Order: sequence, then C-alpha cells, then structure tokens
Amino acid sequence: MSLANTNAQSVVLSARSIGKYFYTPEKLKVLKDVQFDAYKGEFLTLVGKSGSGKSTLLYCLSTMDTDYEGDLFIDGERITGKHPTQLAAIRNHSIGFVFQFHYLLPEFSCLKNVMIPALKLGKYAYKEVEERAYQKLEILGVQDQALKPASKLSGGQQQRVSIARALINDPKIIMCDEPTGNLDSKNTQIVFDIFKQLAQNNAQTIIAVTHDTDFAAASDRTIELADGRIIN
Amino acid sequence: MARNVNLDIALTHLLTRKRQTIVAALGVTIGIGMYIFMNSLMAGFSRYARNEIFKMNPHMKIFREDEISVPLDGHSTEGNTMRVLINPAITTTSKSLLDPQRLLENVRQISFITNAMPQVNVDVFYNKGNSQCKGIANGINIAEADAMFNIGSTILSGSLEALQGNLGGIIIGKGIAEKLNLNLGDNLTISSSRGVLKIMKIVGVFSSGNKNTDESKSYVNIAAAQQLAKQGTTYITDIYANTINSNQALEFAQNVQTITPYKVEAWQTTNSDLLSGDVIRDIMNGTVSMTILLIAAFGIYNIMNMTITQKLNDIAILKATGFNGSDIVGIFLRESIFMGILGTVFGLAIGAICISVLSKVYVGGPIGTFPIYFDAKVFFRGAFFGIGLTALAGYLPARKAANIDPVSIFRK
Ligand SMILES: Nc1ncnc2c1ncn2[C@@H]1O[C@H](COP(=O)(O)OP(=O)(O)O)[C@@H](O)[C@H]1O
Ligand SMILES: [Mg+2]
Repeated sequence: MSLANTNAQSVVLSARSIGKYFYTPEKLKVLKDVQFDAYKGEFLTLVGKSGSGKSTLLYCLSTMDTDYEGDLFIDGERITGKHPTQLAAIRNHSIGFVFQFHYLLPEFSCLKNVMIPALKLGKYAYKEVEERAYQKLEILGVQDQALKPASKLSGGQQQRVSIARALINDPKIIMCDEPTGNLDSKNTQIVFDIFKQLAQNNAQTIIAVTHDTDFAAASDRTIELADGRIIN
Repeated sequence: MARNVNLDIALTHLLTRKRQTIVAALGVTIGIGMYIFMNSLMAGFSRYARNEIFKMNPHMKIFREDEISVPLDGHSTEGNTMRVLINPAITTTSKSLLDPQRLLENVRQISFITNAMPQVNVDVFYNKGNSQCKGIANGINIAEADAMFNIGSTILSGSLEALQGNLGGIIIGKGIAEKLNLNLGDNLTISSSRGVLKIMKIVGVFSSGNKNTDESKSYVNIAAAQQLAKQGTTYITDIYANTINSNQALEFAQNVQTITPYKVEAWQTTNSDLLSGDVIRDIMNGTVSMTILLIAAFGIYNIMNMTITQKLNDIAILKATGFNGSDIVGIFLRESIFMGILGTVFGLAIGAICISVLSKVYVGGPIGTFPIYFDAKVFFRGAFFGIGLTALAGYLPARKAANIDPVSIFRK
C-alpha cells in the first residue's frame, strides 16, 4: 500500500478513485474518480452545488453505502468489501456522524441518546459511559438538558446533542452532512468552534459537507465537487 | 443498570407504547387461553370416553371366532376336477376355548399383562310371570371382575360380596329390574338358549350408565353360567386381560396372538367406531386451536411491522452509529418475544382459571361435572406454541428491519 506509506503517521482516511452510479431513473454516474486523503487533526470541508454528489460521497466514506467503485482506506486499512457487520463495528468506534436533521431517538433522554453508541461499543461500564456522556454534553453546553426527552429540545440544542453522540466513542473521524444547514448564525458559530477545537485539541479529523461559504473558508482545507468530480 | 443495550432499547420501545404492547399481548393471551381451554376440554372428554370404554371392555379379549365353512376343494385327478359346493355356514359347534386354564396361566405370565380373568357368557331370558326380557348372563369371579372393571362403584343396592361363591345369586342391571319390576331379594327365573331353567335370587342391582347394558346384563358365578350353558367346568368362552398401557394394546394383542390360535382382539378394534370419532375430533380441535394461535401470532406480526415502519429513522440512526444487522433483529425480536411471553403467561393463567372453574360445573347425566382437567402437557404445548409462534411472527419483520438501508432513509 504505497499511499499509506507516504504519510503513514497522519493519513486517516484515503479515497482512491471512488466512482458511483445510480440506476434509477436512468443510469447516471454521480461520482467520478474521486481521490483524496484526509489527515489526522484536519478540519476538512466538502463544498459544491446542490446535486454535485457531496452527500453521496460522504455516505460512501461513512461505510454505510458500499455500492461504489474504487477503494476506501481508514487508518491504512482497506474498508472496501468488508462484511456489513465489520463495517458496523468500524462506524461504531472510528466514525462519528452528524446529520443535517439531527435524528435523535425520540423515546430516549438526551443523555441516553449520547450513551447508546458507547453502550454498543461495550468498552466502559454503564456508570462510566454515563459520566462520559455528561462530559460530552458539557463540552457542547447542553448538560442541563441531559435528562429531557430529545424531542423537547430546540433545533440548535438537538444538533449539539447529536454532536455529543458523535463524539462519545472518541472516533478518529467525524463526518457531517450540512451540520449547520438548519441552524441560525449563532448556533452555526458554536458548532464551528466546537469542530475547530476537536480538530486542534483532540486531533480528530472533521469531514463536513456544507453550503456555507464562510464556514468552509474558515476550515483547514476545502474540497470542491462539481458534477461528481473534485475540481479543487 | 448495566444491562444489554439491545434489551434496553427494546424495553424502552415497549414501555413508550404501552397500549400497543398490551393490545398485542392481549391477542396472544386470548389465543393461548382458548388453546388451553379447548385442549383441556378435549383431553378431559377423551379421558372420560376412555373410562367409559374401560368400564366394560378389557384392554384385550381372547375368544373363539365363529368359523365359516369353506367350499371343499375337489380332488383334481389328471384334468378331471370335481367341485363340491356347500352353503357357507357357521361351523362352530362350541364357543368354548380348549384348555382355557392353561391359556389363562400362559397369558397371566406375560410381562405386560397386569391381570386376566376367564368368563362364560350365556344368552338368556329373564322371566317374571309373563314378562320376559332378553340379555346376557356374564359368568365371572366377581372379585376378579371388580378388580378389572370396578363393578363395585356401579352397585345401586345389594353387594358384590353376596355373589361371591353364591351359585344361586345374581346381580342384575337397573333396566332389567325396572322392566320386570324386580327388587333386591326377589327371585328371578332365567332360561338359557340351551333350554336350562334356573331360579336365582337377586343379590344386587347395578347401573353402569349405559342404558343397553343396564337392560340386558347380569352377573352370575362362572359355575352358574356353565350350568346355564349346559357345559362342564372347563367351559370358558372368553378371557379378558388388561395390560400395563392401554395405548399399546394393539401391539400387545398381536404379541399374545402368537401363543394362541383363538382370536385376540384389542379394545381399539372392538371400539373402532368410537375411536374414528376421536380422530376426527382431534383433527378439528388441532385445526381450530392452531388457527387461533396463528391469528394471535399474526397480530404480533402486524404490530411489529407497523412499529418498524414508524421507526425507520431510529433504525437508520442505530445502524449509522454502529449497530449491525443482528443487533437490529435482536432488538425487535426481543420486543415480540416479550409481548409473546407476557401474553402467554396471562393466557396460561386464564386457561388454568377456566379449568378450575369449569371442572366444578355440573353438567348432569352420566357425565357429572365438566369433563375438563388440568393436563401439564397441554400447558407446556401452549407455552411452547405461544412463545415460539410470536418469536417467529416477530422475526420476519425484525429481519426486514435489519435489511433497511440507512442511506436511503437519510436521503429522504
Ligand atoms: N437514490 C438516488 N437515486 C438516483 N439518483 C440519486 C439518488 N440520490 C441522489 N441522486 C442523484 O445523485 C446526484 C448527487 O446527489 P447528492 O449526493 O445528494 O448531491 P448533493 O448532496 O451534493 O446535493 C444528484 O443528481 C441526485 O439527483
Ligand atoms: Mg446533500
């Protein structure tokens, strides 16, 4: 694996010639030869017009979409072609995901929402998981909402809880699809600062799809997609 | 609180939808309750019917079958065949078994035979004045017969002991006593088909619960019956035998058949008409109770399908955060199994209550109280089917949930 050797210390995620087709309504190639590396501690943004393939790319990188061409490496390990159960385990410990529509589990408290991926991981005892979840909520400034049902929170608060959930297992990579798309400028700023800190202080890699040009401009590096191809 | 996260999620789902959970469980409860009730009633009724059969039938009978004359084959001598034609007719001249004592001893020595007794049956008329009625005098050793058929419990007046060794005594059916207006202690004239007349004293009256029997049957000593049949002391018409397991009587009868040329007939053969009714009843009962259980399971299936449709987002989230296919199956399977267990436990309880109440309800006639009884096997089967079918009913939607593609949900 020559590519991993060039920067073995710092390449966390590597996309090699990713291509993807959709077959309905007609055969359409939405990703074309996408190739890039993401480094440890890097705050990377993905931009491009609507329909340029940003979300599609992110789903491939997230291991949830396995129907693509090319190869994906995370931490130097080839992810492409692994069994769905292995992929689920990789998502559990190495990838945190933040969606545009915060998608919390409505029946559970905010705290429990944050805890669930850690309970699945099974690395810490229940009490410790609970403590860690409180810590994450605190980082995001929503610890006082911990015991409320997720559905009772405002949009900005919910998004912060879902970021706390993405952080709970200390993943190497945090992926976000328009994480600030539904937030006002104040909340957008908060989320941006959090990502910046995570990258700088925790050496976590952020890959965020965004529409927001200011948001992108302030990140470490921006990759621009057009018509399924990296142009910048 | 350190418990399995899949269980945790499943329980939260159930608790936040209490109504749905209860409705689904209730379906199972009703299904299992009905299943227990129907099967216990059937089991009780079968047992009652069996007992009725064994009041009069031993597990097997050994007797001399009527032989029919067959055409004699002609002696064929070089193409010249002579045929002798005869009308087929019963050729048995005596109903007696040859050397019955030895046969009886041999039968008694077989390991699966619990008891065996000889009998002499004679067709007779019971006469009083000008009234007459037809019947069968059953010559037995009353103690042996009581051991086999529990005759003592059918005695209305008089006693079995009074017949023991009393050659002039007779115990008659209630129907005979009523028809001929006879009472305990009265004398009765008996005439046999062999033309023997005998005056006997009524020492007991019985009621078997079967009208035909009560109107025709009487018990006398073997020696008295031999006199009525105008035969000697070796004359025995039937040997009755019971075995360790009435259900195996057919095999046992085949086995006994190897040591005697006489007909050995198991009770199932004698009562095949009743038993064919049993088979139909079992099929009907099986079909109905399975249908009820399937409907209950279908309720679970529907509710789980609905739940999963409502929870597509949650399933996608769980998968995105690292839950794999078998975790998802585990979560939803736990939910349906929980509803199944909840429903089954209450169903079993309701079944048990039904049984204990109904078994005390008097339905009258010779049946007495409701022939329903508590059979552990029925409960085990109910629990097995209840939980098994709901697990299966939950598994199908759960597997569907496990196959959901989270990306397609997030794109919406
Ligand atoms: N499930 C799908 N089936 C067919 N085409 C799709 C599907 N999802 C997305 N597309 C198409 O793929 C292209 C890229 O979509 P997407 O990745 O969502 O773009 P972006 O996130 O950059 O707006 C678009 O042309 C879109 O219409
Ligand atoms: Mg998009």
